[in-house]
Amino acid sequence: MHALAEEDLLITGYRSHGFALARGVPPEAVMAELFGKVDGCAHGRGGSMHVLDPSRGYYGGWGIVAGQLPIATGLALALRRQGKDQAVLCELGDGAVNMGAWHESLNLAGLWNLPVVFLVVNNRYGMGTAVERASAEPDLYKRAAAYRIHGERVDGDDLDTMIEAADRLLTIARTEHRPAVLEAITYRYRGHSVADAGLAYRTKDEIAEHQKADPITRERAKLRDAGLTDDQLDAIDAHADERVAAAVQAALDSPEPSVDRLAYGMHALGSAEQFARMRPGSPFGEEALTFDAGLGA
Amino acid sequence: MSTVEAQTGTQVMNYREALRLALREEMERDERVFLMGEEVGVFEGAYKVSAGLLDQFGAERVRDTPISEEGFVGAGVGAAMLGERPVVEIMTLNFLLVAMDQVINHAAKIGAMFGGEVRCPMVIRTPNGAGNQLTAQHSQSFDGWFAGTPGLKVVTPANPTDAKGLLKAAIRDEDPVLVIENLPIYKEKGEVPLDPEFVTPIGLAAVAREGSDITIVSHSFATVRALHVAERLAEEHDVSAEVVDLRSLRPLDVETITKSVAKTNRVVCVEEGWASYGVTAEIAARIGKACFDDLDAPVERVGMAEVPLPYAKGLELAAMPNEDRLAAAVLATLGMGPGAA
Repeated sequence: MHALAEEDLLITGYRSHGFALARGVPPEAVMAELFGKVDGCAHGRGGSMHVLDPSRGYYGGWGIVAGQLPIATGLALALRRQGKDQAVLCELGDGAVNMGAWHESLNLAGLWNLPVVFLVVNNRYGMGTAVERASAEPDLYKRAAAYRIHGERVDGDDLDTMIEAADRLLTIARTEHRPAVLEAITYRYRGHSVADAGLAYRTKDEIAEHQKADPITRERAKLRDAGLTDDQLDAIDAHADERVAAAVQAALDSPEPSVDRLAYGMHALGSAEQFARMRPGSPFGEEALTFDAGLGA
Repeated sequence: MSTVEAQTGTQVMNYREALRLALREEMERDERVFLMGEEVGVFEGAYKVSAGLLDQFGAERVRDTPISEEGFVGAGVGAAMLGERPVVEIMTLNFLLVAMDQVINHAAKIGAMFGGEVRCPMVIRTPNGAGNQLTAQHSQSFDGWFAGTPGLKVVTPANPTDAKGLLKAAIRDEDPVLVIENLPIYKEKGEVPLDPEFVTPIGLAAVAREGSDITIVSHSFATVRALHVAERLAEEHDVSAEVVDLRSLRPLDVETITKSVAKTNRVVCVEEGWASYGVTAEIAARIGKACFDDLDAPVERVGMAEVPLPYAKGLELAAMPNEDRLAAAVLATLGMGPGAA
């Protein structure tokens, strides 16, 4: 995220919170979205998986595995059509590389020289299935070669390595309009979701082993080596806690979306007139679902 | 942007030429409009709708794609989110199924799921249609599947005038619009307005033929069949049938239907696709509720026989909602058919 230029675009899968925060989306807007409140970045319509902020070039968290890849190629195509030297960073998980959309998107990106970097966050498990049990070629970055696209693998838990690789590939995308695949090796400590304890398919020892190489622990050590005191480092943590607390309070204070705006945002302004003649014989209760109420602020 | 000289009057052209005129006019009017799909450029379109456009607008705006529907429909979604006006051609509606995730789970969701923060002004245009022994995988009408999806708009022009007018309205619309064209109608001719500002409003049905005894509700190629049947019944049985051409499936103009049924008191709904869970199922349900007191007979439906379309010509003809079946349904609903009391 640090390597993204201000004008660059971002699109991700459903683990969207961190990307939004790193892109500069106010924590209040992210938290309010998690709470389903009107001040959320999708006004309570998207929730956890669909955080976005087009004003900051973030075109969304998307919920269908690999569904965001074709859209990323379209964002990149639009940038080329508009003559802009900007890049698209498209995040996906290791599970997404086995979808047809991965193949089709990489082919189009390679064929059309689109400025998009596909960031494969390889946390070693697609839900509970290890990469080796899902992918015939578990070195995922090598698959880029099938499309004559540059692919490389880095230690995604090493901040400096990650920034260097992302910066280099995004620069190539911007200036030479060439796509790339960047596979970042990392690890997921917790389960896939609230319904997964995360222990059916791996051991506690394996998790503990990976926690030793945690990127936050590693960065803290680096900063201490650079001369920061523990007090200074603790103050950074405390500041983060305060920001979270403030965001939670703002989310609590934000109103619930009004039920009479159920269809809010679905259609563009001007659509109410198009739908006006649809009401007779509507299913029970839906004659009242006017698109007028759903449109506007 | 090129200047477009104001033209008045009409010109006789076929459906495919009317679509081409709409594309040309909109591409001249708005540089954001571009065409993308299989064989749209060098090959000039699988059905020649885009003939000549590559020469006029170049490969950047008439973009050939690989056979990769999920990929390039999704590319259209992304380009639209950045303010472009992609017109994505799918060779036939059958092939849109492999891009269903991008249409239903992505394009249709954008406005609502992102709280109106971003829009998807894209057009997908594709023909459907049966009747050339192309068999089960190439002869289907899924209109109702798409029309049943909130967030999409679906239009189905049945004549050259609406082909031009609805495609232009779709391109100018701020939402994703599926334009379902029809193979058997591509060669049909009609008077088409030359005014570059002519559009057919989305969400407005047309009374394609006025009548007083019975209403036939139809769309796309079924409207062509309905008009033939109406003429035939007038000559052979002195029946005055009104034909309502839906033109848009979502939004649906139920008001025009109910007004017609209030006048005729009898109605047959016809579609090219399977009627169970189909467009006619939705229309019949709405008529049943909105026109309960006006009806003198149960609402009747005619659709494709509920089998994958067979190859043998005789079987294919029997399975389609052909004019004989439609005529029989109309007469039965009027109490004039075989077995009528």
